[in-house]
Amino acid sequence: MKQYIDFFNSYRKEIDRGCAPLLNSYREAALDMFASTVLSSPRKRGSHDDPCAWDSRLHGNDVDFGFYLSRASINVNPYRVFRCDVPNLNSHKHFVVNGHFVGNKTQNDLPATVFSDSLNAFARQYPSLFTKYYNQIASAKEDGLSAFNTAFVQDGYVLYVPENVVIDRTVQLTNISAGNNNSLINRRMLFILERGAKAKILVCDHAYDECPITANTQVVEIYAGENAGFDFCELEESSPNTIRLTNCFVRQDEASEVRINSITLNNGTTRNNYTVDLAGKHAGTHLYGMAVADNRQKIDNYTLINHLAPNCKCRELFKYILDGEAEGVFNGRIIVAENARKTEAYQSNRNLLGSRSCRMFSNPQLEIYADDVKCSHGMTTGQLDEQALFYICSRGVRKEEAVLLLKFAFTDDVISEIRIDGMCNRLKMLVEKRFKGELVTCRDCGRINE
Amino acid sequence: MLIIKNLHASVNGKEIIKGLDLHVKAGEIHAVMGPNGSGKSTLSAVLVGHPAFEVTEGEIIFEGRNLLEMPAEERSFAGIFLSFQYPVEIPGVSMVNFMRTAVNEHRKYRGEEPISAGDFLKLMREKQAIVELDKNLINRSVNEGFSGGEKKRNEIFQMAMLEPKLSILDETDSGLDIDALRIVAQGVNRLRKPENAAIVITHYQRLLNYIKPDIVHVLYNGKIIRTAGPELAMELEEKGYDWVKGEE
Repeated sequence: MKQYIDFFNSYRKEIDRGCAPLLNSYREAALDMFASTVLSSPRKRGSHDDPCAWDSRLHGNDVDFGFYLSRASINVNPYRVFRCDVPNLNSHKHFVVNGHFVGNKTQNDLPATVFSDSLNAFARQYPSLFTKYYNQIASAKEDGLSAFNTAFVQDGYVLYVPENVVIDRTVQLTNISAGNNNSLINRRMLFILERGAKAKILVCDHAYDECPITANTQVVEIYAGENAGFDFCELEESSPNTIRLTNCFVRQDEASEVRINSITLNNGTTRNNYTVDLAGKHAGTHLYGMAVADNRQKIDNYTLINHLAPNCKCRELFKYILDGEAEGVFNGRIIVAENARKTEAYQSNRNLLGSRSCRMFSNPQLEIYADDVKCSHGMTTGQLDEQALFYICSRGVRKEEAVLLLKFAFTDDVISEIRIDGMCNRLKMLVEKRFKGELVTCRDCGRINE
Repeated sequence: MLIIKNLHASVNGKEIIKGLDLHVKAGEIHAVMGPNGSGKSTLSAVLVGHPAFEVTEGEIIFEGRNLLEMPAEERSFAGIFLSFQYPVEIPGVSMVNFMRTAVNEHRKYRGEEPISAGDFLKLMREKQAIVELDKNLINRSVNEGFSGGEKKRNEIFQMAMLEPKLSILDETDSGLDIDALRIVAQGVNRLRKPENAAIVITHYQRLLNYIKPDIVHVLYNGKIIRTAGPELAMELEEKGYDWVKGEE
């Protein structure tokens, strides 16, 4: 840990260079927070925001990371090189290369009042909005990963949708990791939806198998104002050499609706934290996750949904399909505060184990401090249904094919919760390929070096 | 077509079938009747290769091939079909996808190209009509939320799609009302061909009013204790199983 603090103090100029002064002004306090959370609070070990958990993931690999500080030294225009080939996905496309937003003035036909650009541009052009929202939820949670990210962040993406503006087309953001050295990338996303605003975003993480070891820290803050609606769909299709550590914070005001789809199709080591505060009454959250892992892949999803106001609803479903020596963790917690009457909260975690050596750790938790609520939680971990398998085989389907059908069926309810046009079908195809052991990449994505 | 010789089979170490012999020729319909626990369902499970049942002795020859050496899917390719007593619900697998996979696997086995989308839809529609299966069910998950009658019709629909040589109907009449029974039986009769055969397993004579058997067997305590023509079913209905049990 100390090495990061030393690095910060020695290379402060390089860290700041090219970044907006306003963004840089958050670093010092964040580093202090990082130092104090990491060094002084052993009691937090193993908890939702255990700062050591992610540190061990970085150092478990015994790799020296170079901080990725240089502003996109890649002289390729991703807008020309990439062709997202998902049929029927008519989206506003954006790219973040190694944590740096790559702008494209010509293509952007979003409503004029919408801001969709880099984090640094947002800090420069909208300092008051930036100050109002940036790092607000993240810092309040006093969490080591967020503090680290805030201290070292170089850039990222901001989508600001003003009052009552509705973006019909999906906004698509593709994160690309590329380069020839082991690197640590710190990126950020900020989504602000004012009262009545609506938007959908698809975030794809791509990395190539032959990439060197890349560690990404990512902090996402989502603010959904009164009656706002936001879909946040994250898809990780990276590589065994990728380490991904993310914090996603959501704050919802009255009657807002937020839907999060978290899909891990291919990865190395992943830790996703989702924290949702239902702060206004009648707000609703849908949190759906799916993780497919084999070999020695590791996927942890930690979720915390805080019901802080009455009449809110949340529905949470996470499914894992593990094979090989993969390891999955689901740690889901829903807290219903004392005044959150008439809460409806449902949490479910279902896991399918395909081998003797894969492992699943699940910890579904529900804490209720209010009366008059409807809540449930449940978890199952097991193998494929033998009866179903036999039934299919008896119709003349080879066992491998029957297993594929059943595994595929297992993912159906999570995939069908995605409301981005074209994505459900594409994901079904990718999942099928994944189960067949074929290389999973959207054909044209992730090829910056070609 | 099918020759079963001295079959012994057990489940969880408990012997259920205790030396059963049965010969089925092409064009014949055999009814296997018997009280609860006599081994009727075990016989059907053994014929289609359910892994929970262990054959400890005897042999089953189907069209000259040793059935016991074949996994479930190969028995299906060879032309054996079981209409399950309790069809399995498979959430997330649509009927369309399930049937397309099965039909294409059969074609692949025969060295044929996969069926075209248009031909497949036509085939589905044609076969659905045979058992008057609601077309909406086809787009739903396999058997999920189907009523008892719909599940049984769905079994016969699958049978129609796969055109087996030997169909085994395991208590297809249980849980059916009179109308559904008639529709299912009519479906079976329409699929009847001189080169095919069927084994109808049932408790009651009722189904046999619709599907006329050539030969009726009584299975009791893991053995066939009596074989006769269709009149045996009528006699059983009248006198009950105690009548044949007493004779053993």
